[in-house]
Amino acid sequence: MRVTAKEKSWKEISPAGVCWKASTQFLTGDWKTYKPVRDLEKCTRCLLCVLFCPDGAIHWKPEKGDIEFDYNFCKGCGICANECPAKAIEMKLE
Amino acid sequence: MQTETEWKFTAKDIAEKPDLFLSGHRACAGCGPATVLRLIMKAVRGPTIVTNATGCMEVVSSIYPYTSWAVPWLHTAFENAAANASGIDAALKILKKKRRIKHEHVDIIALAGDGGTYDIGIQALSGAVERGHDFLYVLYDNEAYMNTGIQRSGGTPLGASTTTSPAGTVIPGKLEHKKPIADIMVAHDMPYVATASPYYWRDLLVKVRKGLEVNGPAFLHVFAPCPRGWRSDPAKSIELSRLAVETCIFPLWEAVNGDYQLSTPSKVFALAPQKKKPVKEYLQVQGRFRHLFTPKFEKLTEEIQRVTDERWKRLLKKCGVEQRAKTTA
Repeated sequence: MRVTAKEKSWKEISPAGVCWKASTQFLTGDWKTYKPVRDLEKCTRCLLCVLFCPDGAIHWKPEKGDIEFDYNFCKGCGICANECPAKAIEMKLE
Repeated sequence: MQTETEWKFTAKDIAEKPDLFLSGHRACAGCGPATVLRLIMKAVRGPTIVTNATGCMEVVSSIYPYTSWAVPWLHTAFENAAANASGIDAALKILKKKRRIKHEHVDIIALAGDGGTYDIGIQALSGAVERGHDFLYVLYDNEAYMNTGIQRSGGTPLGASTTTSPAGTVIPGKLEHKKPIADIMVAHDMPYVATASPYYWRDLLVKVRKGLEVNGPAFLHVFAPCPRGWRSDPAKSIELSRLAVETCIFPLWEAVNGDYQLSTPSKVFALAPQKKKPVKEYLQVQGRFRHLFTPKFEKLTEEIQRVTDERWKRLLKKCGVEQRAKTTA
């Protein structure tokens, strides 16, 4: 998850301040105190939570026709629970 | 050019589109600007280059060696977002002339916070607009220098407590009003200027796309609540962006070639003034306005209400909307 000094030497890395790794390799999910839990029956799949999540931690899976939480990135801010029109999401202490 | 109805901006299409602003960035929980950027990057139409002024969103998205950008992204100094954009535009022009790139058109988005626009970047922005470079300038307005620890900027509203304008026994937070930056940009005779709020996401996406499709500079002022600096609940970030529109503190409008037009979310409050909420409702949920509810500084909320109403009335006049007489008053 985190870069160790041994991973690349200065000769190998790209020049002056060029970032080369996608930040999806850095999991930010360990920040959270509360985690969102969804009530499957109440959820209407309006996808507002997918749009409003600042971390992109809620994914819409077209093949399943359902949404999925990615707890690797969720910071537990609770925007999804606050904005859910059906009140289907609850923040639970992790 | 596609028409507005042909753009696929339904919730499902947006959700299916891959993220160009990747997750794993290190913004605070409940970060408003992060939502704004994710939404903006869903509205791009083709090859895009993003340039970013110093600010929260530059810092959290590019912590070495990670990058949250799935598009070419460039950062130099605080004041340079617009200067960078004009440089990229000039470079693309010459590359196209020499037939060195295969793309017919490359979109350029310049991103900056309110510090990088209101105070530091306005000179470069004004110059770039005056030269007529083809780019979209997005100002995500979180109303202070949040990156360096909440210092007041030209965009901080009256009465907000920040570290350089702290509310105490004598001074009630910031003493000056918010600078009307979008109106300043309209005065540049720009082809497209608009204000947007993430709660009205479709409105925001349409405005981004309009700004990209327009020939010449475009300016987009996006409201972006910051739970850290506003001392608000992280879960309320999107709710605050809705309240700001509902109280008419941050009305949504667009100006195409200088012609003002009220956007639908704000039009509701112009046509039915009884739906407009008092400013107090917006101030109450934020800790940075906490002192305004003590007896000493109580009068300031009335002052904020007065100026908000005044600006709202002036905007309605510019948009040519006649406000009906208040039924409740």
